[in-house]
Amino acid sequence: MFLKVTKAVAALALTTGLVTPAMAELSGTLRIISDMSNPAPRAIMEGLAADFDAMHPDLSVELEVVDREAWKSQIRNALTANPPDVVNWYAANRMGPYVRAGLFEDISDMYTNGDLQGLDSVKGAMTMDGKQYGVPYTYYQWGIYYREDIFKELGLKEPATFDEEVANCAKIVESGRKCYAIGTKNYWTAGGWFDYMNMRTNGFDFHMKLATGEAKWTSDEVRATFANWRKLIDLGGFIDDHQSYSWQEGLPPFIAGEATAYLMGNFVVPHLRNAGLSDDQIDFYQFPKIADVPMGEDAPTDTFHIASNAQNKEAARAFLQFVTSPDVQSKINAADGLGQLPVNANATVGDDEFLKQGFDMLSNNATGGIAQFFDRDFPAEMAAIGMEGLQEFMVFPDNLDDILNRLESARQRIYK
Amino acid sequence: MATTHAEMSWVRRNRMTLTPLLFLAPGVLFFVIYVIIPILQSFNISLYQWDGLGEATFVGIGNYQELMTDRAFEVSLWNNVKWLALYLLAIPAGLFIALFLNQTIVGIRLYKSLFFFPFVISQVVVGLVFSWFYLPREGLLNAVLGVVGLGPINVLGDPTLATYGIIVAGLWPQTAYCMILYLTGLNAVDPEQIEAGRLDGAKGWRMLWHIILPQLKPATFIAFVVTIIGALRSFDLISVMTNGGPFGSTRVLSFYMFEKALSEYGFRMGYGSAIAVVLFLIMLLFIGYFLWSMYQDEKAARR
Repeated sequence: MFLKVTKAVAALALTTGLVTPAMAELSGTLRIISDMSNPAPRAIMEGLAADFDAMHPDLSVELEVVDREAWKSQIRNALTANPPDVVNWYAANRMGPYVRAGLFEDISDMYTNGDLQGLDSVKGAMTMDGKQYGVPYTYYQWGIYYREDIFKELGLKEPATFDEEVANCAKIVESGRKCYAIGTKNYWTAGGWFDYMNMRTNGFDFHMKLATGEAKWTSDEVRATFANWRKLIDLGGFIDDHQSYSWQEGLPPFIAGEATAYLMGNFVVPHLRNAGLSDDQIDFYQFPKIADVPMGEDAPTDTFHIASNAQNKEAARAFLQFVTSPDVQSKINAADGLGQLPVNANATVGDDEFLKQGFDMLSNNATGGIAQFFDRDFPAEMAAIGMEGLQEFMVFPDNLDDILNRLESARQRIYK
Repeated sequence: MATTHAEMSWVRRNRMTLTPLLFLAPGVLFFVIYVIIPILQSFNISLYQWDGLGEATFVGIGNYQELMTDRAFEVSLWNNVKWLALYLLAIPAGLFIALFLNQTIVGIRLYKSLFFFPFVISQVVVGLVFSWFYLPREGLLNAVLGVVGLGPINVLGDPTLATYGIIVAGLWPQTAYCMILYLTGLNAVDPEQIEAGRLDGAKGWRMLWHIILPQLKPATFIAFVVTIIGALRSFDLISVMTNGGPFGSTRVLSFYMFEKALSEYGFRMGYGSAIAVVLFLIMLLFIGYFLWSMYQDEKAARR
């Protein structure tokens, strides 16, 4: 699956006047392994490689695109044996194993010497022990996507508080519908719900304490989170048998109007549009306020890293700078590209209802802080055991004590 | 000249020993490299704490101590026991289908191939078909239950039912496999013995139990071996149908090992190896028994 970019194609692909980094001319080969294997991201990645290749006549860019799910376990082999120069991965705790094993290059100097301007707001997610190990290239908001038409029909408004959310849900259930579509066969969907319930009930800082193992799962704060969550479960707010559905299999009830909302990442929007829902039928609102704490948001960030054993680090650094530059960021995250949010503060957000709302929310109303996601903020093992417990809670809320005790004993073992 | 002659004669003298050794060598070599050494390595890794990337720390029997208190491991072990016990139903089921199909009527070959069909298709397909069959709203099972007035059940979403649901899916191809083994065995049944039995007044169950089954002993033995090994290896069906869920209630040891060592949230190589070692020891019990009984048979045959 190698793409050896020819100069002719590259010249055609070079559509915008891109900033050339003021560096000595690059030469040799730049090897990139990317996990952007879905059709739209793949086209973007191939475009990036072609553009970069065209900018540097003496440099040839070799791109290998691997399946996104497979990459999650292949990255280990790729980084240890004959490593490429640049790889895709995820921010925050997910970098941990590779940073600790010394497989990701420390690029803190690029952040301090001004090579990476406009990335201050996303720098935190790339930082471990005070050093930066990569650059983000895209991120997306999470929130409640809902059926605008059904809300209108029932005379409901976008709720701002949890009480309004519960009141709305009661009316929706009364109308014979369910409030929330979900498919917890993918455990992380329950992780998203927990992130929001916990960040709203106890605040972003407590949520991060839980993620880093400083707070107890059996604490009163965590119990309060589950008590709030249970209000919606006891109302009959979630679709039945969600433990048997993947997140995509949770979509049909939403599309058929049997469930009116879906707590999801922005990547759900193309699925809804492809299923025939118009923008008049779907809308977005921020997860409502519960306690009086600053709002924290989930905004998972996808990243590029340089392998410590890379052969062509000079070109790799230039590529990272290229990918995060404002023009490239505007272009690849546009509505007809990845359809997500640009990481550079000087880039423009794609012209799309959901992108604009998400960008506004994350820039102006996420004062609590920006989290990555349950399975990226918590260490892998804790995340796996945790999400399993969350699914169990959603099906059997009465098992809560048992679940929390189990998670607490896992916490004591994992973070020692 | 004398030495060459001596060498030649050494080879010649020992060729009865050398030839089989030479023929065995490639097989033994690969068996050692790909089976024996990895088994020993697993034993070794199970004594360490290791994420597969960094330095391994020696923890002695720490991983095994953790296993003793790990509820997910307990669930997996019990599920393995359920698999072992219920999977054996494939043997009598296969036998009866084989007896039923062991007749000469028009189109029997077609019927036989239809019964054999589930064994030919991939386990992944079997798993998919059954998970559609079990779907809580749209599935065929609930449609049928609805007709007879029984409430809808979500087999794969219910932690008490899910494992049984997967075992039933596994029995479908396994029964077909056992059936084929018995059909071949039935071809070798001696008609004279049946004739003799009939003269002595045996029929029905007595005929089956005293005349047919003893002659099918080799087929039964193989059916036992493949079914037990199949039950212990059960992985693909679980992965396709529930992915270990709901909340880990359908895991078996092999699946749990994969999750802990190799999946997205895993990479605890030491802990995964410890699970693998436990699974290996369980398998070793059966393998040991099979080898011993094969050895006994051969000894009897040599007399």
